Amino acid sequence: MLQNYIPILILFLLAAGFGLGVVVISMFLGPRRPDPSKLSTYECGMEVEPGARQRFDVKYYLVFMAFLVFDVEVVFMYPWAVRFQKLGLFGFVEMLIFLLILLVGYVYIWRKGVLEWE
Amino acid sequence: MLDLIWLIPFFPMVGAIVNGLFGRRLPKGVVHTVACGSIFLSFLVSAGAFFALKALPPAERVFEQVLFEWIAFGSTTINLGYLLDPLSCVMILVVTGVGFLIHVYSVGYMSHDPGYARYFTYLNLFCFAMLTLVLGNNFLVMFVGWEGVGLCSYLLIGFWFEDAAKAAAGMKAFIVNRIGDFGFLIGMFLIFWVFGTLDFRTVMAQAPGALVVGGGIVTAITLFLFVGATGKSAQIPLYVWLPDAMAGPNPVSALIHAATMVTAGVYMIGRCNVLFSMAPVSMTVVATIGALTALFAGTIAITQNDIKKVLAYSTVSQLGYMFTAMGVGAYVAGIFHLMTHAFFKACLFLGSGSVIHGMHEEQDMRKMGGLRKHMPHTYWTFLIATIAIAGIPPLAGFFSKDEILWKAWSGGYKFQWFLGFAAAGITAFYMFRLVFMTFFGKERFDPEEVHVHESPRSMTVPLWVLAGLSVVGGWVGIPAALGGANNFHHWLAPVLDPAAVTETTHAAAPDLDGLLGVRTAYASEGAGHAEAPEGHGAAVGAEGGAEHHDPTEYVLMFLSVAYALLGILVAYFAYLLKPDLPGKVAAKAKGLYELLYNKYFVDEIYQAVFVEGTLALATFFWAFWDVVVIDGIVNGTGYVVRSLGGGLRLLQTGKVQAYAMTVLLGAVVLVAYYAVVAAF
Amino acid sequence: MNFQMADLQLLAPHIVVLATALLVLLAEAFCKGERKGYLAYLGIAGIVVAALLTPRLFGPQRLGFSGMLAGDGFAAFFYFILYAVGILTLLVSQNYLRDERFEHGEYYALVLLALVGMMLMAGATHLMVVFLALETMSIAIYALAGYFRTERSVEASLKYFILGGFASGFLLYGIALIYGACGTTQIYDVMAYFKALPALTSSPMALAGIGLLTVGFGFKVAAVPFHAWTPDVYQGAPTSVTAFMATGVKAAAFSAFLRVFVVAFQGTHVEWSGVLWVLALLTMTLGNLTAIAQTDVKRMLAYSSIAHAGYLLVGLVVGTPEASSAMMVYLLAYAFMNIGAFACVIMVGRYGQENTSLDAYAGIGFRFPALGLAMAVFMFSMAGIPPTAGFIGKFLIFKAAVHEGYYWLTILGVLNSAASVYYYLRVIITMYFKPSPDEPAVDGLRVGPSAALATVLAGVGVLYLGIIPGGIIKLAEQAVRFMG
Repeated sequence: MLQNYIPILILFLLAAGFGLGVVVISMFLGPRRPDPSKLSTYECGMEVEPGARQRFDVKYYLVFMAFLVFDVEVVFMYPWAVRFQKLGLFGFVEMLIFLLILLVGYVYIWRKGVLEWE
Repeated sequence: MLDLIWLIPFFPMVGAIVNGLFGRRLPKGVVHTVACGSIFLSFLVSAGAFFALKALPPAERVFEQVLFEWIAFGSTTINLGYLLDPLSCVMILVVTGVGFLIHVYSVGYMSHDPGYARYFTYLNLFCFAMLTLVLGNNFLVMFVGWEGVGLCSYLLIGFWFEDAAKAAAGMKAFIVNRIGDFGFLIGMFLIFWVFGTLDFRTVMAQAPGALVVGGGIVTAITLFLFVGATGKSAQIPLYVWLPDAMAGPNPVSALIHAATMVTAGVYMIGRCNVLFSMAPVSMTVVATIGALTALFAGTIAITQNDIKKVLAYSTVSQLGYMFTAMGVGAYVAGIFHLMTHAFFKACLFLGSGSVIHGMHEEQDMRKMGGLRKHMPHTYWTFLIATIAIAGIPPLAGFFSKDEILWKAWSGGYKFQWFLGFAAAGITAFYMFRLVFMTFFGKERFDPEEVHVHESPRSMTVPLWVLAGLSVVGGWVGIPAALGGANNFHHWLAPVLDPAAVTETTHAAAPDLDGLLGVRTAYASEGAGHAEAPEGHGAAVGAEGGAEHHDPTEYVLMFLSVAYALLGILVAYFAYLLKPDLPGKVAAKAKGLYELLYNKYFVDEIYQAVFVEGTLALATFFWAFWDVVVIDGIVNGTGYVVRSLGGGLRLLQTGKVQAYAMTVLLGAVVLVAYYAVVAAF
Repeated sequence: MNFQMADLQLLAPHIVVLATALLVLLAEAFCKGERKGYLAYLGIAGIVVAALLTPRLFGPQRLGFSGMLAGDGFAAFFYFILYAVGILTLLVSQNYLRDERFEHGEYYALVLLALVGMMLMAGATHLMVVFLALETMSIAIYALAGYFRTERSVEASLKYFILGGFASGFLLYGIALIYGACGTTQIYDVMAYFKALPALTSSPMALAGIGLLTVGFGFKVAAVPFHAWTPDVYQGAPTSVTAFMATGVKAAAFSAFLRVFVVAFQGTHVEWSGVLWVLALLTMTLGNLTAIAQTDVKRMLAYSSIAHAGYLLVGLVVGTPEASSAMMVYLLAYAFMNIGAFACVIMVGRYGQENTSLDAYAGIGFRFPALGLAMAVFMFSMAGIPPTAGFIGKFLIFKAAVHEGYYWLTILGVLNSAASVYYYLRVIITMYFKPSPDEPAVDGLRVGPSAALATVLAGVGVLYLGIIPGGIIKLAEQAVRFMG
């Protein structure tokens, strides 16, 4: 049974070998003449903000988390929508309950002021 | 009505809880209303249960109520349930009835005590435990009550624990009782081992089939149970706690040492009569120990000067009678004496309490005398109870004591009869010595200094009630020989009728002339009763056997009454007519007097042999075995374990990576193991 | 999707608790004021309603939602354990949070949400539902562990989260392998499959799946060697949450552990019982030995909770209905005694000062007799001394083990339990026989009515189970019979 997985193993080895190979080859072949602008972090051509360990406003996290939850919600609704006709009333009610629970969360974060930026 | 029997222990329990939790904050009126009220309600329910039980045909007078399943393991379940039959019915009536009177009496007696609520809490708790003991439907429930009364007696005897001697008396009672309890426990284990159950009715029903009459097992069981009974009911050799237990408040002495706790052993043997009847050896032991105790304690009582001590030894002696009855197979007579004794001994204890109260805590009879004039109520009630205990007809004590002696004689236990008979006269002597020294003669105290006063109504009314019961209490069991119906016997016959099993017991004892007559009387009584459940007249008619009665019975009756009167006369002569005579006699027979006065030095012997011996052994075990051997091993183990623990603690680095690593390693090992399992 | 309205009956308790959680959340959002302690009582009311709906489930097994959720005595019994845990936790927390100035409704909502997850674990008859329920429970618990936002609390939360995620991965992988081997993840189907195909008992895929599931469950019940998180997390988390974790999570995890192993994998009992034998022994021994070395009561209780998981694993090793019912009684007993003990620990502390070091307990038995008595009762129960619930639990488990001939495991378990007496009694000895210092760390107790009530309830539970356990034992035996 395990033989069936040999192609996958080969693929895995190939992928790893290719990635490693490119890095190793470029190490040997590529010319290296570092200067300050080359060593700096690439930030779309903008002036580099100092320090990666900078503090972020906690609001970023909150909004991001809220976004993530509702994002996933929509992902969940896609397959549901595809099968909507088959699922019938049961599916409809179930989705309503699901949305209701999410709505409670939404109302909660709204009341708590997560959505207000200032 | 019968469904309500769970209420009987329930009320005192509620009373104890209420007074125990809130008593300190409640006014005294509420405290004693709760305490007395709860026990009175129990009495009402008991009375109702009695009548309900009486309405049933004799063969059906058993009622079992299972409250809930208590312990279940494997196929064995032990229920918490109550068993009401004629025997336990008598017991609950005595406990709640006499108990109630004592509660009422306590209201007056303890009125100035700072521990008022605590006292009533213990008292109610005690009644709860005692009722559990007598109502329990299996050995374990009985044991709970058994231990409960032990605990409560410890609390009540040491009630005035500020006094070290009184606290020590409480401890002595507890420890001596524990020794007896140990025997009871072993007996219980044996029963469980043999029968696989502790249920009374199952055990008693299966006993004839499961055990060999006179076999080693049944003898062992009954002897161990009897060891338990000697502890609780103060028999040789475990009686030593009871005289010391007089340290408690007087009503406590009346409740514990007259009416309830000490009778537990007698009750228990009655409850197990089927087992005891199957073990002739045990029966002989019980009868002999009982009769010896009766005489032994009686002789000690002669020389005591403390009014309560006299009563204490008298109690031990009377309990001896009950055990004699149990031992000769006259269970009904034993329970009968238990009941009448509860009446007159409670009356005596309460009366002595009234005296002590009136004399301002004086207990030495040598400092009393002539109290007749000062305390008429106490005097009369005390006198009535004394006549009752002395065995003068037609008071209660006569019937019950005489029945015991007759059964001992007719059952062939001549030796035990002789001991009991000897003790009977001594009883009359020392009791009247007590009465004469206390109530008659000149006042041996200064009336100017000690203002003797009669006790309040709450104390005298219970005294009169008990005195009344001491008079009439015996009439329910007037023997057929005196033309009575012996209703008491008919009532208890379904539980205690030994007819089915006495064959063997009596076969073991030498046969006697009287035996046949008694056996016939038994049979005809039983038959007469079965035909006419309520008709006492019919029972007497059916008995029709007055001519069967051995003339010996009348001779013995006459002898014991005459002997008792003689005892009274001697007491009268020695303590009223020639008050200096006892001193002379004591001086003449100094050795004997010293022996009796010091209670045969039993306490000293126990102290030297058991207490000192145990201490010496304990010191050895402590100093060598414990400190050197055990502690060495334990400390060594502990040291190893602790250092191991300390080492393991280092594994807890607090680093998540390390923790994840252990999880991963564990997973790898597990999966690898399974891979190996799968491979092979 | 063959859904019937009757299925809702199986889910009714969960729905009620979930609805209560949402209600609490909304109440937190809309009600004014900073102090929302009263929301705990709303939560308790919800649990009580759920409890009223539960007895109907007690009976022969009914499966609903396409065989994903069971309504049976087994589930119902666990629901009641969890209700007890939930109510006691809410009561204890109410007092504690007020004192710590953290009275927010979210806390109660999270407790209730975790409770829903736990209940689903107990009722789940499908490995996916088990996983989802476990995650529902865990995520709420992660948040609760870090609720105080102190450094220790957050550290505890993060550690639990990272390692919990790690362990969930193993669990999920195990489920996948079982699916691979059996083609189903419905527990009763898996059982039937193992029965129908005896060759499966030596299939590497199935056995590896069982091994990985062992890792996942072992992590949640804190079995050695998957226990490493336990002391740090238990010590760092708010004490009320620790109590909740130690009792609720353990009960829920064991309920799923039981149903999955004793039912689904009963065909491979020979294979997995050996592994669990070793785990049980390691868990008891390591938990007890390390607990002996602790000087902090909270941390000691954390190790003791590992040890108790070990005793419970003994029941799992045995795997008979008798052992399963013994574990259920044990878990109920454990819920009472452990929450009670933690309630006492909370009462000894005060704002900003937890006072969990053993030295703080010196002499408090006499200064606070009621607290001393309660703590003593709980310690005696944990040590397994009659007449307490702990004794009954241990007795039943070891009895079941002896019946199946696991003599060595029983002997080692009893030895372990004897060793544990040392550190439980040390608390009592410190309370009663060590003189209190001149300036005691504990100068007063934080006792509110709710914490006092919780302690009393727990104490009554411990003594009730210890003195008249007959009814509960019988109930547990019936419950197991309905497990199928």
